[in-house]
Amino acid sequence: MSEVIKKATRESYGETLKELAEEYDNLVVLDADLAAATKTAVFKKAYPERFFDCGIAEANMMGVSAGLATCGKIPFASTFAMFAAGRAYEIVRNSIGYPHLNVKIGATHAGISVGEDGATHQCNEDIALMRTIPGMTIINPCDDVEARQAVRCAVEFDGPVYMRFGRLAVPVINDRETYKFELGKGVVMRDGKDVTIVATGLMVNEALEASKVLEAEGISARVVNIHTIKPLDKELICQCARDTGVMVTAEEHSIIGGLGSAVAEAVTECCPVPVVKIGVNDVYGYSGPALDLLQKFGLSAENIVEKTKYALTLK
Amino acid sequence: MDASKKKDLQRKACKVRMGVIEGTYNARSGHPGGSLSISDTLTYLYYNKMNIDPQNPEDPDRDRLVLSKGHTAPALYAVLAQKGYFPEEDLKTLRHIGSALQGHPCININGVDMSSGSLGQGISVACGMALAGKLDNKAYKVYAILGDGEIEEGQVWEACMFSAHYNLTNLVAIVDNNGLQIDGAITEVCSPEPITDKFEAFGWHVITMDGHDFDDIDRAFTEAESVTDKPVAIIQKSVKGKGVSFMENQVGWHGTAPNKEQYEQAMSELNAQLKELED
Repeated sequence: MSEVIKKATRESYGETLKELAEEYDNLVVLDADLAAATKTAVFKKAYPERFFDCGIAEANMMGVSAGLATCGKIPFASTFAMFAAGRAYEIVRNSIGYPHLNVKIGATHAGISVGEDGATHQCNEDIALMRTIPGMTIINPCDDVEARQAVRCAVEFDGPVYMRFGRLAVPVINDRETYKFELGKGVVMRDGKDVTIVATGLMVNEALEASKVLEAEGISARVVNIHTIKPLDKELICQCARDTGVMVTAEEHSIIGGLGSAVAEAVTECCPVPVVKIGVNDVYGYSGPALDLLQKFGLSAENIVEKTKYALTLK
Repeated sequence: MDASKKKDLQRKACKVRMGVIEGTYNARSGHPGGSLSISDTLTYLYYNKMNIDPQNPEDPDRDRLVLSKGHTAPALYAVLAQKGYFPEEDLKTLRHIGSALQGHPCININGVDMSSGSLGQGISVACGMALAGKLDNKAYKVYAILGDGEIEEGQVWEACMFSAHYNLTNLVAIVDNNGLQIDGAITEVCSPEPITDKFEAFGWHVITMDGHDFDDIDRAFTEAESVTDKPVAIIQKSVKGKGVSFMENQVGWHGTAPNKEQYEQAMSELNAQLKELED
């Protein structure tokens, strides 16, 4: 078996912005004193005249981005998920969402895998918040390959996009040569007939690992990667519900309002089947090494195996 | 300012005030007080200052205006209608279901450069517009109109820091200093004073003016044009409810629409003012 390459999707973000700069001369990048962490520093170094540090003032950064967008720029407003979706929520809603402006929000350090910084910086609510904004597109890529294509797709797409990236280096699971990202389309990573595991972000890899364990125990689990949480690929979700009769969702986010909720909302309308949600169970995180925290919070292949077996009892 | 030009602006501003009363009366809601305090400045900007063309509202080279104190949309709509962006008759549909004229400015309305109304946000958007103008070497100016109560929002000062840091000399912020906000006098609610000192400390060139004297308004905006090294803040002393006797300096008219009797009295006062200006 070849060696697993790991890379944080925030790195993919910064590098891809730099790659796109030549192609899109109206692309500009904004940050709020976190360029080294969000990796927009990569862009800043190459294109300093198109990089604007707003200082520690996320609300203003979102508003400035909105104004730039009204004048034909494609601003990438970058900060941690906690501040992009949390602190600046109302500005994103009213100054970007309501006028439906072409602003791209690059939200890094999402979820529990922020690690040692602890609860104040572990944003497990951003997907829920952004889902409530009409017309907002939400992308949560699972690895470097997907993240790069997602950023490219965001720049080509006309309208507000919230992109969620992680701090932690995660395995590259998609094939760099053949993978093709399609906005709003889920990806069947592995077929199966007994149960569907719907995962997003770094949980996609965990779901794939879990499916191997389950297979060894005679359980055929389909694994679906939902990188675009909004608009949700309802057609695929409903097809999976019909095909397998039970769903498990896995996300590095609160079980309230995220992927699990989106999937449950979809299947209750088209094919009501049990949906077992794996995520952060309506609690705050705490400090610790990212990998240990993921285990502690049940964001692991082992927990997916366990919950999938439980889900099968509900069929 | 030339006397006939001044009189012409006064007439137009009077009609804007009629539009404010017409709109809020027919809406049975809205914010007449702050709309009336900003009517003269809006009239001056749209008729005498801004490079705009109602026939080409999306012109990338046009001057822009963000009504950060978006609740005073009735005044903006009245000016835009008078300029021909949409029929004046539409003002009567303000806040009605199905009308384009939303309670707060919406970018989809012809002539409106940005949706606004959640206070403190418009000035940031104006910064973004000004920055884009600088990046593209455009000559356009961006005007942001804020309330004096609005500047209690922290985001305003984030934007002020940003504007000075990025030297947005194509940005003019106008603070409508009528001294009143919903809960009372700004100095009693949670005072933003001293306003002038604050903007100066944030690196802005500050000009004060009488917001109801076209000579003084003209002087202030002419001075603003001469400033080439800083963003400009114009603090305009104004009277909430200006032009309608029983609304002037009354905090109660912040967000209350006139009833039929009040509407008739207000329109009769404004008609008398207009007649005087036309003589």
